Amino acid sequence: MIENAANTMTINGMAVPIEGERNILEVARKAGIEIPTFCYHSELSIYGACRLCLVEIEGRGIQASCSVPPESGFVVKTHTEEIREMRRVALELMLADHDQNCTLCPRNTNCKLQTLTRQFGVENVRFKRRFQPKPVDRSSLSLVRDPNKCILCGDCVRACEEIQSIGAIGFSGRGANSCVVPPFNKNLADVECVNCGLCSQVCPVGALTPRDDVDQVWHEINNPEKFVVVQIAPAIRVAIGEIFGGEPGSVEMGRVAAALRLIGFDQVYDTSFAADMTVLEEAHEFIERKKKGEHLPQFTSCCPAWVKFAEQFYPDLLPNLSSCRSPMQMFSPVIKKVLSETNVAEWKNVVSVAIMPCTAKKYECKQEKFYKDNIPDTDYVLTTQELGRMIKAAGVNFNNLQPQSLDMPFGFKSGAGVLFGATGGVTEAVLRCAVEELKGVKLDSVEFQEVRGMKDTRIAEFNVDGMKLKLAVVFGLGAARKICDWIRSGDCDLDLIEIMACPGGCVGGAGQPVCYSWETRTKRADGLYCSDKMLQLHKSQDNHLLLETYKKYLDGGIGGHTAHELLHTQYRTKRRISGLIMPVLDDAGTSPRLHVSVCVGTSCFIRGSQTLLKQIVEYVESRNLVNLVQVEATFCFEQCDKGPTVSVGEQVVTAATFDKIANAITAELDAVVV
Amino acid sequence: MTAKNSSLTTSRKFDKVCEILDKNHHDPARLIPILQQVQDFYRYLPEDVLTFIATSLSTPPSHVYGVATFYAHFTLKPKGKHTIRLCDGTACHVRGSEKNLNALYERLKLSPSQHTTDDMLFTVETVSCLGACGLAPVIVVDEKVYGSVTPEEAVALVENIIAEENAAAAA
Repeated sequence: MIENAANTMTINGMAVPIEGERNILEVARKAGIEIPTFCYHSELSIYGACRLCLVEIEGRGIQASCSVPPESGFVVKTHTEEIREMRRVALELMLADHDQNCTLCPRNTNCKLQTLTRQFGVENVRFKRRFQPKPVDRSSLSLVRDPNKCILCGDCVRACEEIQSIGAIGFSGRGANSCVVPPFNKNLADVECVNCGLCSQVCPVGALTPRDDVDQVWHEINNPEKFVVVQIAPAIRVAIGEIFGGEPGSVEMGRVAAALRLIGFDQVYDTSFAADMTVLEEAHEFIERKKKGEHLPQFTSCCPAWVKFAEQFYPDLLPNLSSCRSPMQMFSPVIKKVLSETNVAEWKNVVSVAIMPCTAKKYECKQEKFYKDNIPDTDYVLTTQELGRMIKAAGVNFNNLQPQSLDMPFGFKSGAGVLFGATGGVTEAVLRCAVEELKGVKLDSVEFQEVRGMKDTRIAEFNVDGMKLKLAVVFGLGAARKICDWIRSGDCDLDLIEIMACPGGCVGGAGQPVCYSWETRTKRADGLYCSDKMLQLHKSQDNHLLLETYKKYLDGGIGGHTAHELLHTQYRTKRRISGLIMPVLDDAGTSPRLHVSVCVGTSCFIRGSQTLLKQIVEYVESRNLVNLVQVEATFCFEQCDKGPTVSVGEQVVTAATFDKIANAITAELDAVVV
Repeated sequence: MTAKNSSLTTSRKFDKVCEILDKNHHDPARLIPILQQVQDFYRYLPEDVLTFIATSLSTPPSHVYGVATFYAHFTLKPKGKHTIRLCDGTACHVRGSEKNLNALYERLKLSPSQHTTDDMLFTVETVSCLGACGLAPVIVVDEKVYGSVTPEEAVALVENIIAEENAAAAA
């Protein structure tokens, strides 16, 4: 007994063992006592701002339980009369500075402020209302920022900085004027935000929410001229059930298909089909690179938040990104091509809707490079949350639905395509394909347990007939940044790196039902692994309907000409805070072969990039290279310490001088001519 | 042509910031002194300079913006040539600083939401206690302290500066 007592504290009269928890709050939650909080998340640093988690510690008075490490012998009370009154006051103070417009809020019935206000019986606010309406920021294609709902808990600020290492939003002002804003009070669309939406997942209220595009989709469905098809991403099937009271991880594909048909979609497809396609393209690309030994390590490119992150912060590593489009962006043009070539519907009348666990996909589908003749490949992206609302608005009783199967051939997939929704899934799927191709014999075992798990960076090594393959699976852009810096340092020996922005991969995406627990994410991932087990095929290369599609519609096969046009893409440097590349010397009418971009961002500018730009323009003009070389001014390669920076084709030259650039241009042009 | 001209000024502008950053060893922990020195030079903190500082210190611009807006000392709006700081601490307040403030606001056509005159000659700020309570109410014009100021005297201080500026312009 005495030994036990040495490591025990008392909470509300109960003896609770201390087992390495970092604060009293976690000890209490372990004991089944719920202490309310706004600003506490186990994955983020401790902030202690919301004052809801106050507890009384005997001999120490009232303290914030999130900020006090547990000590043996503590006697703690969590819900005394005094504490309840203090919590009530804290809530009233928040409400005095809040728009209190619950019925019109996207987080209505799913809001911590609302729930706690009810729980604590707050029926009137005794403080003078000092709420002043502020403009709502709807600039982002992915997220809506409504400062009128913000309670200043700082969860979004810390998530963006600590997990994603970005810091696209921060506190500004002081005291009563504090607010959470992008730098310089700019719009969210004009700053470094990569649209991952993690902020909206941690936001306890409706201050940051995924953008809602449901109305536009209803409009298309109700238009008889349109043939509206829908694809369902892997991670949706294991999370949608939660909205209707189900358990995370239960696979609801059949009922989702039934619901989507009741809503009025003409065809229901599975993004996993396109994921299988991505596997073939990406494995093919990887094997090519590995054989040639160029642009390694290869990064996956399925996650649009990671792609924007790389374009902003690691432009020098863009050649290492797989040129494969994400499965969603591969799928849409193939669907439209096949439907129009088989005379089901004209290309322009096919509306491709994608149900995604992701807010960044909304941004991705609106990128100019994914438009053909002014028609977007993917017309709309809806999140899991939006799908839930649509199902309810259609009056569909989800739980009573009889499951249905998907439409063929695009509803057919291998288990590899389903794994894409979990962290490590893309890597495992590519391995199932690449290892078999490298070995030249069928794999007996298809499970690569080494790349599974919920650690943010996992490194695994394989030996394939004497060829060493070293892979990394990463989630969270903070962890991605460490890997990128490792590559920049020059001693990185990895071959393939999978990066997903959201914790746990797409199952933990910001479009999923709001959750912030590892348990939920793990269960969803388990659901996908189960789904893989239950499918008849486990390898993308065995998906015969996919191979047939390649044969019929993608002449040249994997990595061929049509595949390249429809399934691959290119990347370009993005300045962190709004901005464009400005062509300086562009001979219209010809398609220039070599892009020369001179950084005129602040740092390079000081080091003389303006003069350099002038010299390069003169050089190109004097040598009559205008039809071969396009000169442009750009903002920031993020190599500010080594400026001036100039890119010649794919090569980024730091500490550039005119001679260096002239030589590089000559070398690149010679290479092209040869 | 205008673009070229403006970039020339930009170049000169950033030379000074680079000097300040070098002096502070590009140390993110020295953000506040860096901002102080930059503001001493420009009289305010221009947005492009703040972004540049953030990039150079490898810290998110939102950090720099957060610090710059947290402290009353920093300003993101250009300040006038002459700064008038009027103490509105307890002692000055009870001895009538508000009347002085209103007199200045009226003379210079300023308000609680506009602190700087359109001609960029004056900025009027209130501060909480300058530690000279014995002289209350206190006004500091640029670096010079005036005690026991009446509204008439406050306006006269402004008139004197305007006269000097006009004379200098004429000469």
